[in-house]
Formats: sequence, structure tokens, C-alpha cells
Amino acid sequence: MNIYQDLILNHYHHPHNQGKINKPDQSIVVNNPLCGDKMVMMVNFEKNKIKEIKFQGKGCVISNASASLLTDYVKGKSKQELKKLDSKFIIKMLGIDLGINRIKCAVLPLEALRKLLI
Amino acid sequence: MIDIKTIKKQFPIFQYQPDLIYLDSTATSLKPKKIIDKLREYYEEYSANVLRGIYPMSEKATVEFEETRQIVSEFINANKSEEVIFTRNATESLNLLAYSLGRKIIESNDEIVTTIMEHHSNFVPWQVLASEIGAKFKVIDINEEGYLDLYDKNIKYQISNIKKIITKKTKILTLTYVSNVLGTINPVKEIIAAAKKTNPKIIVIVDAAQAVPHLKIDVQDLGADFVAFSSHKMLGPTGVGVLWGKEELLKTMNPFMFGGEMIDEVSVDRSIFKEPPHKFEAGTPSIGEVIAFKEAIKFLNQLGMEKIREHEKKLTNFAINQLIDTFGESIKIYGPKSIEDRGGIISFSFGKFHPHDVAQILADEGVCVRAGHHCAMPLHKRLKVSSTVRASFYLYNDERDVEMLVKGLKKVNKILL
Repeated sequence: MNIYQDLILNHYHHPHNQGKINKPDQSIVVNNPLCGDKMVMMVNFEKNKIKEIKFQGKGCVISNASASLLTDYVKGKSKQELKKLDSKFIIKMLGIDLGINRIKCAVLPLEALRKLLI
Repeated sequence: MIDIKTIKKQFPIFQYQPDLIYLDSTATSLKPKKIIDKLREYYEEYSANVLRGIYPMSEKATVEFEETRQIVSEFINANKSEEVIFTRNATESLNLLAYSLGRKIIESNDEIVTTIMEHHSNFVPWQVLASEIGAKFKVIDINEEGYLDLYDKNIKYQISNIKKIITKKTKILTLTYVSNVLGTINPVKEIIAAAKKTNPKIIVIVDAAQAVPHLKIDVQDLGADFVAFSSHKMLGPTGVGVLWGKEELLKTMNPFMFGGEMIDEVSVDRSIFKEPPHKFEAGTPSIGEVIAFKEAIKFLNQLGMEKIREHEKKLTNFAINQLIDTFGESIKIYGPKSIEDRGGIISFSFGKFHPHDVAQILADEGVCVRAGHHCAMPLHKRLKVSSTVRASFYLYNDERDVEMLVKGLKKVNKILL
């Protein structure tokens, strides 16, 4: 199956939640060792829930689309709820079949999110 | 001329995957049937350990094993076969040197010199060693064209800047022969001569992992003290690396690992080690793989290294022209423009697309290339990119492979633009 489906390409060309939060509660940088890419993710909480979330980074189509979709999904959700998210969820969210190497690109935003939830 | 049709018949992988477009030989090469047959021969017919049994099967394995050492030694024109040490890979050969040589001779305030175009395996061991000991770690830069920053501006390969970097305190100079990203072929012989003129005591190490598979190498003519390379990049099995070193230096070095088959005598209070090469080959080696490695060298010899180089030069030239003619300014190829100065390696950026996406779409089109930093992060930082796409050629590639690469890149434009 071609991984460059319309949903993925739409989020790549028009990413949601890309940019910066001026005064974030938390900010994190993660690396993809496969290609040396960096992704910055920042978040503001309200009580225990994510109020605002943004990401930045020059990633590939997969990591950008994954970040775009994930940041949409997590808004308004509680920390406890989000701590349960795993790579299976990401694959389901993207709706594509990823090889063993490319999966790292897809879960990079999840790695960032997990660190923000600690 | 190399007849690709005949060549491909000797690589079983093309029977399983007739449409395979393999452009990643810089990572590892494909294997001819003769190598696979020889591996099977060892495992099926005389799979004994070497250098210990006195029964015929062990003697046969030992003879076959040591014969590879002799053939490697002749292939690189070593002075004697005892100068050839078998390791797991070029990485281990270089780490062996960092431990057995580096930690013996480097003192605080000494200098270790390397280059910005090194693979991590010839960069990190020295960086770590320098920081442990408090030595100075110096890195030769490159210019915009991907040549080492050592030469006179007006005269190519006139090494006028060596004194800026090599001093009397420089104990080790370690550099790559061919860059695994830029493809740059460094004039290693000239650099070694200039370095030794500036500091006659300097020890020079050459990472030849990307050179020995593609160029005729004569270690004595090169003037190096140590040369490292890997079997699996030159048609041979994985799990076998070579470290060639000058006998007088090898004799003064301590073993890197201790254990079986490197011992003369062990008492409770001390141990005496064997002479090189065995002192550096502790434990059971990759016996079948070493034995089969000689078939790779025979294969290369039969074709002739000059012919292989000519073939790769022609193909690289064709590929660069095709890529530039088709994609113009949307493709940026790194490394020297002169085909004489580069091996069959083309690393590039394609439009604004991420190298992973380029490689992924090429993979979907059946074209195998590599995307990433190719274990050369300092170089990519110097080039101001996090990663590149790399296509590389060997003796089984032809113009059709290049055409498929171009076709695949057109598809990338179609999907992502």
C-alpha cells in the first residue's frame, strides 16, 4: 500500500498546530536518530487537560502528518487518558502500513507528547 | 568493458528479484554465487574450529582460513600475510587501533587529527579517546566542492596547508580514502607524504572501507601505517573486517581483546601473547565467512580493479548528467564535480522534499537507495542539512538502474509537489 494517501498528504501540505506557543507550560525537543531530524513540541495545560499544543520541525511527510493529526487529537484530553496512547494508536490514526524503519518517523511526535506528560 | 548481463547471472539475488534496482552498495554489496557456495562448503563439509584441532577437518579449515589471509595480503600488496588481521568489520579494525595503539601512545596535550568527512567509526573512537586522555582532537575541514581543505587554491592537490594542522605534537592522522557521502577520493598517498614530511613520527591510519572495493590499493605504495576495510562491501560475507598494519608497529601494540587463540602461555600471575596477527584475533573468528571472503577477492581480481573503476566512473558520469539534465536546479548533488576525483557515490538533496520521503517513494518504485546521515553527522552538519539521499554504484549496476532512479524521482515530484 502506498503510504502517501490523501489524508497524509493533506496534513503534510497544510499542517495543523504548527508553530510556537509564546509562554508554554512545557517544551521538549526530540530527535529521530534515523535521519537526524529534530521536532519541538510545546504545550499549555488547563487543570489536567491539554489546552493548547504546537509543534515545529523540518520533518518528513510521515512525522509531520503524524504530529499534525496527533496534536489535533490530544486537545481537551486529560493527561491520564493520553498516557495510554501507544504506537498502535498512531498507526491506526495514520491509516497506513509502515515498515519497521519508517515507524520511527510516525511515533516521533508521540515520543515528544509522552515527555510533555511527565 | 564489463558485461553486466554476464555479471548479474553470477548474483543469485537477481534470480529472486529480477527487477531489483540496487543502488546502496556503499552500505553493503550484493554477493556472487561463488561466495555463497564457499560458505556452504565450509558449513557442510569441514565446519571445524581453526588453529586447534589436529584432526583432518580442522586442518582443512585452518588451511582455508589462512589462505584467505595470504590472498588478502597479495590483493593489497602487504609485505607479509602476518600483517593482515581479521576483525568483524572496518569499525572494529578502527576501534582496535583506538584501544591498542591510541591508548598506548597518546598523552595529554598530544594531537589526533582527522577530517570532517569521516564515517562515525573513524571519528567517534578518536574523539572519545582524546577527551578521555585530554589530548587535542583536530578536524580537517572541507571546501565548498567537497575536497579536503589542504590544497593550494590554484594548484589541485598541491598540499600547501598541511602545516596549519599537522604539528610535531600530532601523533595520529586518521582519514578516509573515499568519503561515503561526498564520494570524494582523497589523494591519500600525497597527504601521507606531506604529513610525514612535517612530522616523521606521525602514524597514519586510512579508513579504506569505501576504497578497497572500488580502487586498486597498494598499502606499501600508499605509505600508510594502518589500513582498515570490510569484506561485506566488496562482495564478501558480513562479519569479516581487515586491519592491515606495519609489522613493527603491530608487534609493539597490546591486544584489544583477550581470550582463546591469542595466547602463548598463561600462568596465575601473568600471560604471554602470541605474535601478530593472532594476538589480535581472540576468540573463534567468523571462520566460514573469512574462508568465503577469498572468493570475493578472486572475483574482483578476475574482473580487474581498473575495469571496475572505469565502469563506475562511466556510470557515475552518466548518472550525474542525467540527474542534472532532468531536474536542473531542483537537485543538489554534493561532492566534487570532477569524475576523476569521486567514486561511484552520489548524495543529493531533492527539491524541498525530505530524504526519507524521496527514498520511500523510490522504494515503492523498486529502487533501493539510502536516506539519512549515512553515519556522517559531522559532515551533514557542515553541509547544513540533517540528511541526504544517496545512490551508489558497483560492478553490477548499469544505465538502466540510473534511468529507473530518474523515473522514480519524477514520481516523487508527482506525488509530493
